[in-house]
Amino acid sequence: MSILVNADTKVIVQGFTGKEGTFHAEQCLEYGTKIVGGVTPNKGGQEHLGKPVFNTVDEAVVSTQATVSMIFVPPAFVADAVMEAADAGIELAVIITEGAPVRDMMYAKQYATKKGMMTIGPNCPGVITADECKIGIMPGAVFKKGRVGLISKSGTLTYEGANQVVNEGYGITTAVGIGGDPIIGLSYKQLLAMFEADDETEAIVMIGEIGGDLEIQAASFIKEHITKPVVAFIAGQTAPAGKRMGHAGAIISGSAGTAAEKMEALEAAGVKVVVSPAEIGAAVREVLG
Amino acid sequence: MNVHEYQAKQIFAKYGVTTPRGIIATTVDKAVDNAKELGGSVWVVKAQIHAGGRGLGGGVKLAKSLDEVREFADEILGMTLVTHQTGPEGKLVQKVYIEEGADIKDELYLGIVLDRALEMPVIMASTEGGMAIEDVAHDTPEKIVKVAVDPSIGFQGFHGRELVFGLGLEKSEQGRFIKLAANLYKLYLENDAEMIEINPLIKTGAGDFIALDGKMGFDDSALGRHPEIEAMRDISEEDADEMEASEYGLSYVSLDGEIGCMVNGAGLAMGTMDTINYMGGTPANFLDVGGSANAQTVAKGFEIILKNPKVKAIFVNIFGGIVRCDRIANGILEATKLVDVHVPVIVRLDGTNAAEAKKILDSANIANVISATDLADGAAKAVAAAKGE
Repeated sequence: MSILVNADTKVIVQGFTGKEGTFHAEQCLEYGTKIVGGVTPNKGGQEHLGKPVFNTVDEAVVSTQATVSMIFVPPAFVADAVMEAADAGIELAVIITEGAPVRDMMYAKQYATKKGMMTIGPNCPGVITADECKIGIMPGAVFKKGRVGLISKSGTLTYEGANQVVNEGYGITTAVGIGGDPIIGLSYKQLLAMFEADDETEAIVMIGEIGGDLEIQAASFIKEHITKPVVAFIAGQTAPAGKRMGHAGAIISGSAGTAAEKMEALEAAGVKVVVSPAEIGAAVREVLG
Repeated sequence: MNVHEYQAKQIFAKYGVTTPRGIIATTVDKAVDNAKELGGSVWVVKAQIHAGGRGLGGGVKLAKSLDEVREFADEILGMTLVTHQTGPEGKLVQKVYIEEGADIKDELYLGIVLDRALEMPVIMASTEGGMAIEDVAHDTPEKIVKVAVDPSIGFQGFHGRELVFGLGLEKSEQGRFIKLAANLYKLYLENDAEMIEINPLIKTGAGDFIALDGKMGFDDSALGRHPEIEAMRDISEEDADEMEASEYGLSYVSLDGEIGCMVNGAGLAMGTMDTINYMGGTPANFLDVGGSANAQTVAKGFEIILKNPKVKAIFVNIFGGIVRCDRIANGILEATKLVDVHVPVIVRLDGTNAAEAKKILDSANIANVISATDLADGAAKAVAAAKGE
């Protein structure tokens, strides 16, 4: 087992024929992901990377039975693409695009939830079940099959964390980059619950950042519901207050959302908290033995 | 993107939010002319910078004569205003807003921000206006009324009633307050605002609500569809190095330490800073090279980092996903040709095309470049190099 996606997951790509969509769809295919087609308006009927192109998500779903969509459309069209996927019965939309307006995501997320579609992102590296299915832009070679689940706000820290876990010899079940925008899809809580229920996952690595309070909520959820060992790192301990550090979410003002606050809450919930991302691998070794 | 108070008030006017009459000035003479044009006998001279706490820092003065307008405008224009939001270096004041005086009976607070947990805008109101809302939230949280507005139904009558009864407003005042809150919600949504704050919102003797101050921030990702707001950008309010960096797709924030950092991804960049700190060093900056880094952007990054005279070593930490390590390696070579890289450069490259990158750097054999095997190794070497070890 694993969570969210596996070797049988059928995936379509929205924004399939664009530069980014093409490059990453190719990488995903190489990794073994079952990409069954893509959507680009007015290119329906063509073939791209050996897969059929459709004009609408609805056509793509009807003819391929895809359940997951990987979204690469430009920022201004993200909300439209997400809602189209939800309307067509897609079960999970993985939104890679960076820079989608917050207001758009507010509406899109609400509609997706109403239609029962899960979302990941936007502005995220995507989701990968090691050696089975990569839906996103992460370097596939880093992710080797194993028994640790990983959840991260940051893209590159996802790679850093996974690399260390793999180098320690444990490997990854599924890794999810949830993104750091103000409005995101699946978050720590839901994913922690999925990893808790997953037989293959024996420990969970959770990587957070300053700003917002998702990690604090996750801490109380872990205390109540998670029995598997959790290792956590919070980036931004040395970030000065009030300065924005790249991610829309990575800003702290006053005492809200500081790394110290989050680390304390996680520690109180029994989580093994590390002060540097360089210690993630060793901490996993410690909790798994 | 943030705008000045006088710009926020221009936007308020379009949405029926009443403000005192005022005119902007960049010279002392113009400030006095403005006061004459506005008429009356009391004026407020207000420094225009993108930071709160201006009054406490001496940037807002009440003038009771035209001579005082002249005196205060002269004092404020060109001053470096330090507030709790500017940092110790403060901000140079280049504009003053001259405003007519107002009849203040009560001071309230009204603001709108996105509630990330609820994923909708929340209207916040309080009878405790005129002070920092963070302090009110901390000391007397029961005095803040919060009403979340689901954008799928928009601002309804009940939202308004929750606000006015929560604040304990008189029946005669309720209608005017509800209309104001509805207008502000409309402004927030239509303009992709990130945050709107009126502090204080005053109640006059006649029972009118007037926005005495105005603060607004907008979603950078949505500026493309609001050219009139983008035109309000004041680049003098933004850090020159940060601006230059952003033109090249780099996200840069300067800090106080000695080790320059060049990293891909905001999370890993912060994690790198944390690791340097943990190992006894101090980061000189945050720098995220972004997803489309190439030789030119990396060279630019070196140039910006090296402008800071405190930098004693540079740590390049790249975990390539979209970013290809070979491009970063070429960027480092390029940089050593274009810029005088006079400090040790510790390089850790992992992920996409890391092997090719290593070959490029090894064969170039640059004196100052030290390679590292992983994050811990790189940070340790950078800390040692900065200490001259």
